[in-house]
Amino acid sequence: MGKKTRLYELHKEAGAKMGNFAGWEMPISYDSQIEEHLQVRKRAGVFDVSHMTIIEIFGRASQSLLSKLLANDITRLRTPGKALYSAMLDFSGHVLDDLIVYYLARDNYLLVVNCANREKDLAWFQQHIGDGDCTLNERQDLSILAIQGPDSLTKASGVLAAPYRRTLEKLVNFQGLWCGEWFIARTGYTGEKGLEIMLPPEAAIELWKKLVSHGVQPIGLGARDTLRLEAGMNLYGNDMDETVTPYESNMASTVVMEERSFIGSGALRINQGSRKLVGLIMKGKGILRPHYPVFCDDMMIGKITSGVFSPTLGKSIALARINKTYGSFSVEIRGKKKQVALVRPPFVRNGKPVWKAW
Amino acid sequence: MVKFAEDRRYLETHEWAKLEGDGIVVVGISDHAQEALGDVVFVELPELGIELEAKSEVGVVESVKAASDIYSPVSGVICAINEQLEESPEIVNDSPYDQGWFFKIRASDIEELASLLPAEKYREICEE
Repeated sequence: MGKKTRLYELHKEAGAKMGNFAGWEMPISYDSQIEEHLQVRKRAGVFDVSHMTIIEIFGRASQSLLSKLLANDITRLRTPGKALYSAMLDFSGHVLDDLIVYYLARDNYLLVVNCANREKDLAWFQQHIGDGDCTLNERQDLSILAIQGPDSLTKASGVLAAPYRRTLEKLVNFQGLWCGEWFIARTGYTGEKGLEIMLPPEAAIELWKKLVSHGVQPIGLGARDTLRLEAGMNLYGNDMDETVTPYESNMASTVVMEERSFIGSGALRINQGSRKLVGLIMKGKGILRPHYPVFCDDMMIGKITSGVFSPTLGKSIALARINKTYGSFSVEIRGKKKQVALVRPPFVRNGKPVWKAW
Repeated sequence: MVKFAEDRRYLETHEWAKLEGDGIVVVGISDHAQEALGDVVFVELPELGIELEAKSEVGVVESVKAASDIYSPVSGVICAINEQLEESPEIVNDSPYDQGWFFKIRASDIEELASLLPAEKYREICEE
């Protein structure tokens, strides 16, 4: 049996199919995964993402630590609560993890990292703190709910107590702030408007129940995967890992090299890697899945890293890492080559198709 | 509740086979199978007129979660396919034992049906 979030019993009561996700027993779907996906695109849904790892960083050396560890430029954050998406690289410029960091003050940051990388990340941070004035505090005591979809903010406002609602109303997109024991943020992993709330488990259970009774549907990690892939967002372990650079992971815009030096920047100055992470759309029927080989004419040029049926587009979409971006592309499915179009992700944003030809 | 229709036989690989009369056998996947697969998004069906052996691969059903091979419960020739599944594969989830059938096969040896699992045996396998 895997680890369980504090909302586990609620998921079981709701009839969720549970599955293992990085050692956690998580709800994969409650009923139809496609219905859950469309609910988030059209209205609002709530996810239990308490498996994710929350780390607070305190101390005068916090900013210099994050400047050294993150490929994105932490010093750009000056408004309290503003968030930054970044890769964390090893010395060869390969991706150790991707994360969200919230700037709270120059000596205080909040990070959310992948639970699959928890031990690795904590050890990496600790190793690079050295004797600097900087402490880490993992918040295993908090649950995390993500409320996502075009109606998410109005639905959430309708059930939140006044202080939390006022905090929410203050936030702009990609910003998060503490309100008492709760951290409320306008962030997400679906390509829709939405928020993520970190809060004590008892409060999370209560908020979950309130949201559900106000018509916010519970959404499993199955739909979370199709939503993030439509939104062109990477999943660590699928779309990037310690064998690829951020430039090979469609993350170039999150790497700031000018007049900066961070772990991995030296390696990237010499070699950014030659492959590209691209979007694929299936032209006919069939489903693209991870590890299927991608061909340009008769030459194998790479593999699919994530592939799903896209409920919004009604056909299969994928991310693939390939070493050639012109020609005629196909994917081999059970021994047969099926034609695909090469596109630039995202595929879908705010409920609408937005992909462009490569 | 997952249903195990009593009026047909099953393969361990979750296909059902039902005699329609005149030696025609209708084939689909069980309620247990569709439930485990989740939303079906694509079904690859055999071509009409193809001749095949019992327990040979005859198509693929793809759901949001996985691709799964479909095996023919009996030997014979494919004489009909459910064209509705092309446009509306979700019928497999909504009506696995009725509207969501996959193909029909003209059985070369109807006795083969008797060697397949009755509903009760198949249920035991699923519940293990």
